[in-house]
Amino acid sequence: MDPVIFLIQVLNGVQYGLLLFLVASGLTLIFGIMGIINLAHGSFYMIGAYLAFSLTRLHGNFWVALAAGVVIAVAIGAALEWLVMRFLYRRDHLYQVLLTYGLILIFEELRSLVWGDDVHGVAVPQGLDFSIPLTDNLSYQTYRLVISAICLAIAFGMYWMIQRTRLGMMIRAGAVNREMVQSLGIDIGLLYRLVFALGVALAALAGMLAAPVSSVFPGMGNQVLIISFVVVVIGGIGSVKGALVAALAIGLADTFGKVLVPQIAGMVVYLLMAAILLWRPQGIFGRT
Amino acid sequence: MSILDSRITRRRFIQSAGGLALAASPFATTHVFAQGAPLRVGLMLPYTGTFASLGNAITNAFKLYVAENGGKLAGRTIEYVVLDDESDPAKAVDNASRLVNRDKVDVLVGTVHSGVQMGMVKVSRESGVLSIIPNAGAGAATGPLCAPNIFRTSFTNWQTIHALGKVMVERGHKTAAWISWKYAAGEEMFGGFKEGYEKAGGKIVKELWLPFPNVEFQALLTEIAAARPSATACFFAGGGAVKFVKDYDAAGLKAKIPLFGNGFLTDGTLQAQGAAAQGVYTTLHYADSLDLERDREFRLNYAKTYKLQPDVYAVQGYDAAQLLHIGLKAVKGDVKATKAMIAAMEGVTIDSPRGKWKMSRSHNPIQDSYLRQVVGEQNKYVSVAWKALEDPARGCRMA
Repeated sequence: MDPVIFLIQVLNGVQYGLLLFLVASGLTLIFGIMGIINLAHGSFYMIGAYLAFSLTRLHGNFWVALAAGVVIAVAIGAALEWLVMRFLYRRDHLYQVLLTYGLILIFEELRSLVWGDDVHGVAVPQGLDFSIPLTDNLSYQTYRLVISAICLAIAFGMYWMIQRTRLGMMIRAGAVNREMVQSLGIDIGLLYRLVFALGVALAALAGMLAAPVSSVFPGMGNQVLIISFVVVVIGGIGSVKGALVAALAIGLADTFGKVLVPQIAGMVVYLLMAAILLWRPQGIFGRT
Repeated sequence: MSILDSRITRRRFIQSAGGLALAASPFATTHVFAQGAPLRVGLMLPYTGTFASLGNAITNAFKLYVAENGGKLAGRTIEYVVLDDESDPAKAVDNASRLVNRDKVDVLVGTVHSGVQMGMVKVSRESGVLSIIPNAGAGAATGPLCAPNIFRTSFTNWQTIHALGKVMVERGHKTAAWISWKYAAGEEMFGGFKEGYEKAGGKIVKELWLPFPNVEFQALLTEIAAARPSATACFFAGGGAVKFVKDYDAAGLKAKIPLFGNGFLTDGTLQAQGAAAQGVYTTLHYADSLDLERDREFRLNYAKTYKLQPDVYAVQGYDAAQLLHIGLKAVKGDVKATKAMIAAMEGVTIDSPRGKWKMSRSHNPIQDSYLRQVVGEQNKYVSVAWKALEDPARGCRMA
């Protein structure tokens, strides 16, 4: 492979991996810290994308729409936690799977009622709608690089929040022993509501950021749901660092899989997952 | 769909209540045809999921044609039994059997998804019920699995893209890269394109495939740039098509390596594709701004009735109703006279909004393939790319 093309493919892989990280980070938070298997995570991604579509129509500025969308997503997340999720913490995973699967159906139907079944596009934010030439016939969209930068910033921010702040300490403690944290006078219910809302907001943010380069269409959440679970499982459940490493590995594996072994491109990611889980069943950064 | 279910349930109740009385009557077993008794049309189409808008367009146009004829075809009032097939192949056989055996439809109309269509074809072949396919392009339905009672008013996958190769070579593109999803429809499209392109003297220098419905195109776009073909031909549809056209443009490829495809690349999604799609050439059996009186009339009526612009799917649904009407007229509405009805529908010429087309021996349209170019939010008619293009119907015993 030509070295320039090789480097461009690495860039493609890293860029895809960072976007995967953003989607999966919310899932690893909710799954790892709250112990909730949230199948509706992809729906929040989809809601984010549709919010980006509607809000950019209401207000021309993409970044204003993004901020408003995050606020709405946090509100949806907090409301859902209060309405349904909080009744499931002590229950078996099967109940969580059933409930969140039900949420997928509800959100799909709501999406159909509110937005219809058409495919929509969101314009790339003004000022970023140009491409940087890489070779004589190939360019790279600037906005894709901006997404990568935002994803990196969020990765760093989350790591700092969980490892270095008082809130992060409470979240980590709550993940280990719920009752103990509660008896120390910390409102664990509120804490969980916050974590869930944050997880939903991260998924919606990923959907909003991806909307201009992707498109907005029914069922788009289902496509990211499975790959997000793969990221979380490979990285180690609940590990933000693990999710980042796993997402990058998957991004690169997917990219080079398509180029080098197109016959089995659809399997490469899952082969990687199988290999890693054979080596470390708890995931790369998972605790045993 | 709850309204629908309750309607069917109520009907079932009435049927079972009347069952006792009918049991002693000869009418229950022999099909005595009464002028004016409703004709039951089963519409098995997707009304939820990715293809919902296609299912609705087909239904709207079918009903529009019936309404234009006063709600009756050949003296028979049309009664619809509507079923959402959810584009789920796993439920296809059950759903189609339910319409045929339980709801006793006289005609089965559907569907969009090729996998579901295969299930319906199985039921149609086994039960012998008259069936009209208003979209799904799986070659087998009018190829190896063709049957006297199965008709199609849409296209075969092969047919939508066969003319494209000739068009590309005529425009000086002697080498091309191909990119599509790796699944049945994608492979049938590729077969159609390759045959046409190589016959016209073109050479495919790179074949690129993605697993369906993956939409991460960057890696393969880089491969196209590295392969340096003169043009790219592709098959994508729906949300994936929008993303592909936008990514192709953002990667700076569109100006250097022009993009071609069949019409599904740009149909119904031009608003979402915006500037990225401008100038893209596609082939299909329908186009915007066709200069046909029949088309203008159809578009006006459709827009007036539904406050929506019709698309190629609506045209195919409309023609399904036209075809049924022709069959029914020949037997004065007696749908049980299947042989005579099929004979009337075979070799018929349909005056369609897409232009006149003739039913082939394998029961698939012989139709013009149009070259269209994206201008604004329209797939503007450019020329006839292939006059009266007929699917080879390989493996069909009737052909």
